[in-house]
Amino acid sequence: MTTTIYVPRDSAAVSVGADAVAGAIQREAETRGLDVRLVRNGSRGMLWLEPLVEIATPEGRVGYGPVAPHQVPEILDNPDHELKLGLVEDLKWMKDQTRLCFKRVGVTDPLSADDYLANGGMAGLRNALETQPADVVKAVTESGLRGRGGAGFPAGIKWKTVLDTPGELKFVCCNADEGDSGTFADRMLIEGDPFCLIEGMTIAAYATGATEGYVYLRSEYPDAVRTLRQAIEIGYARGWLGENVLGSGQKFDLYVRVGAGAYICGEETSMLESLEGKRGMVRAKPPIPAITGLFGKPTVVNNVLTLASVPTILADGAAAYAALGTGRSLGTQVFQLAGNIARGGVYETAFGMSLAELINSYGGGTRSGRPVRAVQVGGPLGAYLPADKLDLPLDYEAFAEADAMLGHGGIVVFDDTVDMASMARFAMEFCAEESCGKCTPCRVGSVRGVETIDKIVAGQDTDMNLAVLNDLCELMTDGSLCAMGGLTPNPVLSALRHFPDDFAARTPHQETS
Amino acid sequence: MTPDALGQRVRAVVDAHRGDRGALLPILHGLQAEFGHVSQEMVPILADELNISRADVHGVVTFYSDFRAEPAGRTVVKICRAEACQSVGAEQLAEHAQQVFGVKLGQTTPDGSVTLEQVFCLGNCALGPAAQINGRMYGKLDERRLDTLILNADAGTGNT
Ligand SMILES: Cc1cc2nc3c(=O)[nH]c(=O)nc-3n(C[C@H](O)[C@H](O)[C@H](O)COP(=O)(O)O)c2cc1C
Ligand code: SF4
Ligand code: FES
Repeated sequence: MTTTIYVPRDSAAVSVGADAVAGAIQREAETRGLDVRLVRNGSRGMLWLEPLVEIATPEGRVGYGPVAPHQVPEILDNPDHELKLGLVEDLKWMKDQTRLCFKRVGVTDPLSADDYLANGGMAGLRNALETQPADVVKAVTESGLRGRGGAGFPAGIKWKTVLDTPGELKFVCCNADEGDSGTFADRMLIEGDPFCLIEGMTIAAYATGATEGYVYLRSEYPDAVRTLRQAIEIGYARGWLGENVLGSGQKFDLYVRVGAGAYICGEETSMLESLEGKRGMVRAKPPIPAITGLFGKPTVVNNVLTLASVPTILADGAAAYAALGTGRSLGTQVFQLAGNIARGGVYETAFGMSLAELINSYGGGTRSGRPVRAVQVGGPLGAYLPADKLDLPLDYEAFAEADAMLGHGGIVVFDDTVDMASMARFAMEFCAEESCGKCTPCRVGSVRGVETIDKIVAGQDTDMNLAVLNDLCELMTDGSLCAMGGLTPNPVLSALRHFPDDFAARTPHQETS
Repeated sequence: MTPDALGQRVRAVVDAHRGDRGALLPILHGLQAEFGHVSQEMVPILADELNISRADVHGVVTFYSDFRAEPAGRTVVKICRAEACQSVGAEQLAEHAQQVFGVKLGQTTPDGSVTLEQVFCLGNCALGPAAQINGRMYGKLDERRLDTLILNADAGTGNT
């Protein structure tokens, strides 16, 4: 009898030894003459358990983790090995989630088209192709889906603009630049279920009249680049892409373009410039990309998770999607628990859960075991929240009210050893490093910001320099063309507001007791 | 390499992307894959082939941190210095690596064996500190494991 064993190919799993574990399983199977089918699945997103090995049994898939190569023979000898976690689907972390976008990630072989079809793949696209493009746009609008890349703009409204703008040539561009620290869901989706993104982009193309698509994928993700390119090849071979998508007469060609190490290219107009082969200089808006986008043509620009949420909406209906969530934050969000966290990974749930609950109940607090001191949500441009302000529902509006932002759903936890003045300094340093250089407040203000924070912690004219820092932040907020310069004051000022003591002049470093 | 030979190899890379829209970035990636860097000598050839100004080509090459003016060392180590990795000790790890190899981030050891670089996020933020060594991602690094990995990579052995 064949036993199926799963070992993730996801690069986070590989980063802690999944390839070596897979190798050990193969060797052990050979020497023992076992009939093993080894599947390299995506990661379930329980990253603290990686490498997570799953063995298929009649009851379901039984998980072991984190597994080291030398433990492979032990597990094969003894299915009740101490690393046994039980049925993976029954683990609290898995069971409590509502996985729509990530429903197949970790379950299937990412490059098996048959797995994809057997697990609900292509149902959304088939439904879409049976209706009119305007109906597809309507469904996306009614689902309440908002952009997952950071700004939370309603996807349906954007698509309608592209649909309503006449043009022989239109584009769908997927923003897979995922530069925010603390975020990795785009990467995991592309490595773990690339056909889902392809399907979502094809639906977007049909809905808006586009015939050509680009995925702008950052060069820091070489595994994702390889996986997506292979998936696109398979997609063409299956007739899911190309001249005649699923026999519908719809044409859609899809290409992967690799970024080149510039954070700003995640900003959509900078990304378009980069796709055109230029420096990633941010464009002034208007004109908006939906009307004047890539090479001046009407263009849908959406994040990976936005596009990967679309197949579900078309397969199961807008109402089912909109029934999840709260207020104007509908559906599910893929949260990513990162940084100093005991149980880090991907957690997809309806909007509305409290941040504290996610960090403490699911994340298990810090990895170091020390108290949580600060949390940054929404990437490097997001505010720092102190430990006593985490009782905040995870939805766009509640975060905006708290002067924070949900962004791409990344949650970075810091313990009580963090020095918030140095985090504020880093925010300025990062902005200086990654600014496209177009506006003076961003380009120069960030450099001055670093110097000013250095002076403050050195105790030089503290009051004067604090005033300078506040002025700089105001200037950056008001005088920047895009959110890079405009939002860098968020982490800086929130650190200053919530952790003023960290900015006091440095006597020889004092341990926080 | 003679200028002719260089021109031929550069043009071959350009030709591979003739049909691409806005092909400069794919071409530059192609050149870096082929030569290990994008040199000043390649700029006029590209400008000619693509019918754009040298200044434009130069502007693009220098805008993106991926494109190197000089070849890198045999082993390229990119250490993540972004927030999530900082929360679990990335700064100390970067400091350690700079001490061990005697070069700063962004530099190559004099014997050409190791290039140290900083990177802002590798998408491994739940398993930091993270680094990429010759294109492979590693997580939960500490000083000893990083040293071993770099030495093994340089010796061309193993990758666990
Ligand atoms: C500095 C900066 C960086 C950004 N980085 C990304 C990114 O990496 N990925 C992304 O999807 N959106 C990013 N955005 C947001 C995009 O500009 C844009 O809003 C998004 O791609 C639209 O897609 P969505 O509506 O599906 O979210 C960034 C914005 C700014 C200002
Ligand atoms: S704010 Fe900064 S990154 Fe944005 S356009 Fe201005 S200079 Fe460029
Ligand atoms: S912050 Fe280091 S991998 Fe994301």
